[in-house]
Amino acid sequence: MTTRHHRRAMATGAAVVGLALTLAACSGDAETTPESTGNGGEGAETNDALDAALERGGDLTYWTWTPSAEAQVEAFMDAYPNVNVEVVDTGGAADNNLDLQNAISAGSGVPDVVQVEYQALPQFVLPGALLDLSEYGFGEYESLYTPSTWGAVSFSEGIWGLPQDSGPMALFYNKRVFDEYGIEVPATWDEFVEAGRTLRESGDDVWITNDYGGDAGFGTSMMWQAGGLPFQIDGENVTIDLQDEGTTRWAETWNPLIEEDLLADIPGWSDEWFTALSDGTIASLPIGAWMPGVLESSAPGGAGDWAVAPMPTYDGEPATAENGGSSQAVTAQSEDPELAAAFLRWLNASDESVEVFLASGGFPATVADLESEEFQAYESEYFGGQRINEVLVDATNSVLPGWQYLPWQAYANSIYPDTVGQAYLSGADLNEGLLNWQDQNIQYGSDQGFTVNP
Amino acid sequence: MVVFALTFIAPLVYSVYLSLFRDQLVGGNVFVGLDNYAQAFADEKLLEGALRVGAFLAVQVPIMLVLALIAALAIDSKRLAGSSLFRIGLFLPYAVPGVVAVLMWGFIYSERLGLAGDVNDTVGFDLMTPLSGDWILFAIGNIVTWEFMGYNMLIFYSALRAVSHDVYEAAAIDGAGQFRIIWNIKLPALRGALVIATIFSIIGSFQLFNEPNILKSLVPTLITTFYTPNMYAYNLSFVGQQVNYAATVAIIMGVITAVIAYVVQLRGTRGGAR
Repeated sequence: MTTRHHRRAMATGAAVVGLALTLAACSGDAETTPESTGNGGEGAETNDALDAALERGGDLTYWTWTPSAEAQVEAFMDAYPNVNVEVVDTGGAADNNLDLQNAISAGSGVPDVVQVEYQALPQFVLPGALLDLSEYGFGEYESLYTPSTWGAVSFSEGIWGLPQDSGPMALFYNKRVFDEYGIEVPATWDEFVEAGRTLRESGDDVWITNDYGGDAGFGTSMMWQAGGLPFQIDGENVTIDLQDEGTTRWAETWNPLIEEDLLADIPGWSDEWFTALSDGTIASLPIGAWMPGVLESSAPGGAGDWAVAPMPTYDGEPATAENGGSSQAVTAQSEDPELAAAFLRWLNASDESVEVFLASGGFPATVADLESEEFQAYESEYFGGQRINEVLVDATNSVLPGWQYLPWQAYANSIYPDTVGQAYLSGADLNEGLLNWQDQNIQYGSDQGFTVNP
Repeated sequence: MVVFALTFIAPLVYSVYLSLFRDQLVGGNVFVGLDNYAQAFADEKLLEGALRVGAFLAVQVPIMLVLALIAALAIDSKRLAGSSLFRIGLFLPYAVPGVVAVLMWGFIYSERLGLAGDVNDTVGFDLMTPLSGDWILFAIGNIVTWEFMGYNMLIFYSALRAVSHDVYEAAAIDGAGQFRIIWNIKLPALRGALVIATIFSIIGSFQLFNEPNILKSLVPTLITTFYTPNMYAYNLSFVGQQVNYAATVAIIMGVITAVIAYVVQLRGTRGGAR
């Protein structure tokens, strides 16, 4: 159950790749040099301060829904016996965000360290709920992480967390089903749609993939992969254009799938979904790189059938997007920010901790682990001996830059089924649904005091 | 009195207070007077949700209460073999936690894994599609009826038990048949209980939340975030962080519910006096 919640969260979540890149580019010229020298010295000092905090000890509360959290914290407390960390399992991203929001509003019961999806970070950063970790010299850890995950935690001139995992999208497909129906692995989306038709023409209960129009995390990742940049955020100025070139490119590709009824209307993460993944009813999934662990644990019947390939493309150029993923952050209301930061540093920047995380089947955000030979050479039994990590690590390197999430992404996602999802129900044009989603987001953003431009 | 003030008056006053402000992500908390109310009365989503629970109320509540009434009369007739088993059996669904009940029904309704799917496979076409646009509200009504029929039956049954046996004997001596007794003795005796049960059911309908909210995970596009006013308020408050507007919606729905319940009570008791 925990795993299910965890993955659900990651599926609806995703990362904010290029934001940091853009910001770095903007602020680069004037400040980079003095700042980096300053950071170097400060970093050493603050590292001492963090080490001292670990020696001194104290109590921390850590909210998370990561399955390996307990094991990680145990290892931490073995290494630093003076520190006592209480792990609170928040069950999933949605409940976690809700509880965090309420605790922050109430001004009490706020955890010291908390797991936050990449897509939810802006909505907590904006009202000042999270601590800027650059004051503890966390800038020096940039090189540890992939650009897309680092970009997701560092924006608005601060560092708001350390990446835990990543989820570059790839195409997971059921090789047995593909062979049975004579389908080649689709390299382009046109081939993907064609494969969808072939499967339906057979008259069997077998579908190219499932999409109910209820999962905003999937939708936004697909827009991202098509080169869409529908959300642009500059402080309080927000631009929403769900009809930009990339987004409409996705909509035009997806429309035939909806109109011709080629998508299984099975909601993700339901019992029906896992059954359909086990028995081959769903033949493929464009989804985040954390999927192998989910398949192994929740679709055991599919063992030996599944394989993974790069995402289909629009023009032959490799391109993918992040789908899900979380960071851990220190709250602004933490009573012992130094100790909290020291714990966070250990949690996501130490080999001991990341090892425990990997052993539980997580997909890392740390470059060293992604590039390690052992990781890449791993032959998955479930995937019939395929070296799946080679494909997935490749995907990490072709994540398109520049994507941003709305500062109210959680709310935006909640009304996605009300708007975009309605196009699936009626078999109508996705663009209408996208425009409706755009209108409601503009309305909401304006109500919340943002300057929103369509 | 203190408890009453703390648990009832205070939240109410606080909600009213909240509904007069607007707390924005950018710009903070400002006093907006009755703006939230103006917005709510022009809100199509709220209207859609309110009309939906209104329709639900008009169909589901009479069906449930009539079924409960029949069950209560049947048990009270003493002609039913194993009436205590019947009684506990009907009441048992009320003891099942609402969330569990909905999950269970959601599974039964499933066209791939559940009973509905099996039935469709057997007859060879889609006979039962409870989780489709046409039937979803009936599917919810069915769950609610299953959950609360026994509860209402018990209210009716205990009212019937309060009738003195002398009255029945007198009626029998006067030559009244069973249906005559029901019509002239039992139903009038049930008037008070009926009014109470109706009011409870009206309140329950307007507060419809659990059933659609849990089924939403199975049909995320069919059941929108504003499917019922309560779901709308919940999403506004906890996902959209629009606590003030959510409070406004809650107050408006509370007032509407109170007015309807009051009218029912007034009519019910006035009829009794006549």
